[in-house]
Amino acid sequence: MPIFAYLAIPVEGGKDTLAAELTALPHCEVIPADNKDILILVTDAPDEKAERNLQNKLQKISSLQSLSMTFGCSDQPEKERGDHES
Amino acid sequence: MNLDRRSFLKCAAACSAMAAAGSIFPGISFADWKKQEGASGMITWKKAPCRFCGTGCGVLVGVSGDRAVAVKGDPNCSVNKGLCCVKGYHSVQALYGADRITTAKVKRDGKMVEVPIKEALDIVAAKIKETIDKHGKNSVAIYGSGQWTIPDGYVASKLFKGCLGTNNVEANARLCMSSAVTGFMTSFGIDEPMGCYEDIDHANVFITWGNNMAEMHPVLFSRILANRKRRKDVEIIDFATRSTRSSQASDKSILFKPQTDLAVANAICHEIIRNNWVNWDFVNKHVSFHKGKTNIGYGLEDKFQFADQEEPLTFDQYKAFLDDYTPEKVEKISGVPARDIKYMAALYGDPIKKVTSFWCMGMNQHTRGTWINNLVYNIHLLVGKISTPGSGPFSLTGQPSACGTVREVGTLTHALPHGGVANAEDRAMAEKIWDLPAGSIDPKPTYHTVEMFRALDRGDIRFIWIQVTNPMVTLPKLKRYREGALKEDRFVVVSDVYPTPTTDVADVILPAAMWIEKEGLFGNSERRTQHWEQIVPPPGEAMSDTWQIIEVARRLGFEKQFPWSETEYIGKIWEEYRRFHEGPKHNMAPYTVLKERSGVQWPFVNGKETRWRFNPVYDPACDKGRDFHFYGQKDNRAWIWARPYEPAAESPDKEYNFWLNTGRVIEHWHTGSMTMRVPVLYNAVPSSYVEIHPDDAADLGVVNGEMVKIISRRGSVTMPASILGRGVPPRGQVFVPFFDERYLINEVTLDAFCPISKQPDYKKCAVKLEKA
Repeated sequence: MPIFAYLAIPVEGGKDTLAAELTALPHCEVIPADNKDILILVTDAPDEKAERNLQNKLQKISSLQSLSMTFGCSDQPEKERGDHES
Repeated sequence: MNLDRRSFLKCAAACSAMAAAGSIFPGISFADWKKQEGASGMITWKKAPCRFCGTGCGVLVGVSGDRAVAVKGDPNCSVNKGLCCVKGYHSVQALYGADRITTAKVKRDGKMVEVPIKEALDIVAAKIKETIDKHGKNSVAIYGSGQWTIPDGYVASKLFKGCLGTNNVEANARLCMSSAVTGFMTSFGIDEPMGCYEDIDHANVFITWGNNMAEMHPVLFSRILANRKRRKDVEIIDFATRSTRSSQASDKSILFKPQTDLAVANAICHEIIRNNWVNWDFVNKHVSFHKGKTNIGYGLEDKFQFADQEEPLTFDQYKAFLDDYTPEKVEKISGVPARDIKYMAALYGDPIKKVTSFWCMGMNQHTRGTWINNLVYNIHLLVGKISTPGSGPFSLTGQPSACGTVREVGTLTHALPHGGVANAEDRAMAEKIWDLPAGSIDPKPTYHTVEMFRALDRGDIRFIWIQVTNPMVTLPKLKRYREGALKEDRFVVVSDVYPTPTTDVADVILPAAMWIEKEGLFGNSERRTQHWEQIVPPPGEAMSDTWQIIEVARRLGFEKQFPWSETEYIGKIWEEYRRFHEGPKHNMAPYTVLKERSGVQWPFVNGKETRWRFNPVYDPACDKGRDFHFYGQKDNRAWIWARPYEPAAESPDKEYNFWLNTGRVIEHWHTGSMTMRVPVLYNAVPSSYVEIHPDDAADLGVVNGEMVKIISRRGSVTMPASILGRGVPPRGQVFVPFFDERYLINEVTLDAFCPISKQPDYKKCAVKLEKA
């Protein structure tokens, strides 16, 4: 159940398009800056598989110039994590 | 506040990204975050104006469930652009003090007992009726506040002036703003500033007249400092009676002896004329010269009466009047070096520089408050620096709705929502809008604030309803008025949110909804009306002050005048009130517009706000074809007044050898009844103190924190000394903040007032000091 936050930089003039495209993706919340061409993307995929699918979709967005991760957390309970390790 | 782990992590993720963005792109703003958070089910953000001064900062209040949990500055509000001061950031904590009044109480057999609020309102209505029947309509009064919302003040005026026919309506803004009003009315014939806060972004020179903006209007002062840093051609002159944080941040600090600002202002005008810095084109077209009465008294005796008498002057007569105010002569009166007076005159006189003057209580709480307001206007008018971006005199307000509720609604004895009670047309307009028979409104004003409490003491007033203010801390010469309120056969109703020395004298206490616990509107210093919706529910049986008055009015038989339902009454009241201001000089924005925006400046005409009045480029009320139009006065000109220097009502002598000045600190709001219950603010300044010059402290043998007894002819108070603290008075002066009800400094002050504005002078009286 990973949660990530990114600074999302659009291609020139593509802020609104990028905001619309990111918002349309599942597990994505977008916070646009109101005075700069930059967005914050917070992703909240339910599991690793959904996260991988989301990453694939993000790579295909043409209005996205770059993504810089600022936060990442798997948010899995200790017991669950231990089960995986064993 | 309920926040699950996952929501918390998402919030932390977003915050980390914002922090990273802020480090890469300074000044980046994420105003729409509130929508994101709402979608996450964590915190919803709603707009409101801050309620802790007259600046009118926009805040966003974060709500979780039914509780306000956070505050941030509203980046969409042009006043503060996302910034708040320490009071603003902690403002919602003032809602949740442990001893919040949540139920009504009435005095029975000498003790206050809890009753349902409906029963308390029955008692209030019955007592009003009984008192009027027994002693006449002018035996009942209501005393409100510049913290009243606009609907609060409007329904108070409608009930008392309209329905009951008494002009016994006053508000504590009499204690802070009435000299500003009479200053505007005598100089321009119309109230409230011609400029706006945007002046800060254009001015080259800021001169603060007895105004510690760094503490009293910190967000505006921050805007000034930011402009100085950014533009390089900006200069700040602090002209004051003591050194403060504003002095430290200014480019030049000039100290003057109390009351002598009158002489210095005249000396500046003398210099402007002597050096021919007069803007003759402006003066010839837009200014006329006048004088009034002199030796006008101080209002110390009961039933003091004064009426000024205007006489026209020529420019040459005005110039001759200023012969007494050469910088060298005024240096001897004021202690201000002649070269500093000439320097200030040169700044005002420089045709290249845009100059904004700011002031607040220092000029208004003054026994010649109207005069000193006139004199600063004189300076700006002589050089034509007025009503243009960056150039103008700017009278700041102290309370969030001193302008909106008191000056615009007219909650003073002489006033109506439009005009005054003495004017037949204004009375007729009010009677029509209020659906009252002709003749319902009494044409004669009754008591201004000090006289209202003198009347309570004398027994001319028997019933008084006090809302949203704490006069048993704030009235000057307090002992008389406290004892008066406690006399037999006086009935005092107090609506408030916390116990105070004023609820201590009450016969009925009504629990009031505070700020965002009710819908409301304020009006700030720059003619900006600000709406907020109810954001959280009030505790217990607490009720808005507006609705309390409506409930009482209906019990008195005025259902027709107060017909609104509890779900829509604020919007209905606003639209009724707005009718009083129709027209280009004062048109107010519709309710629907106010709900959407972080404030709207009036006159609001054809969907457009007015930033600079009297200038046809901006002001729709001006006649076309003029470069300026001062339409408030009958001669369509602004008036320069010859007003002399006259001494204070009480000055130090051999026995009472210190000046006492009182005021505020940044952390506490007025009497501290709310901010002293906010832990951060309380811990920052947990007690009041007396600022003493270090040499005077040494003479007394007092060190920091030791107790000092301050004694005047009225009373005494003993409190800790502050030496070389945030403020330092000159030798022979002391300063005391009035926020602490444990140290009632107004036991000591004098109830002298400006005979024109009737505003008391809290800045000057004579005291002596003893080591306690």
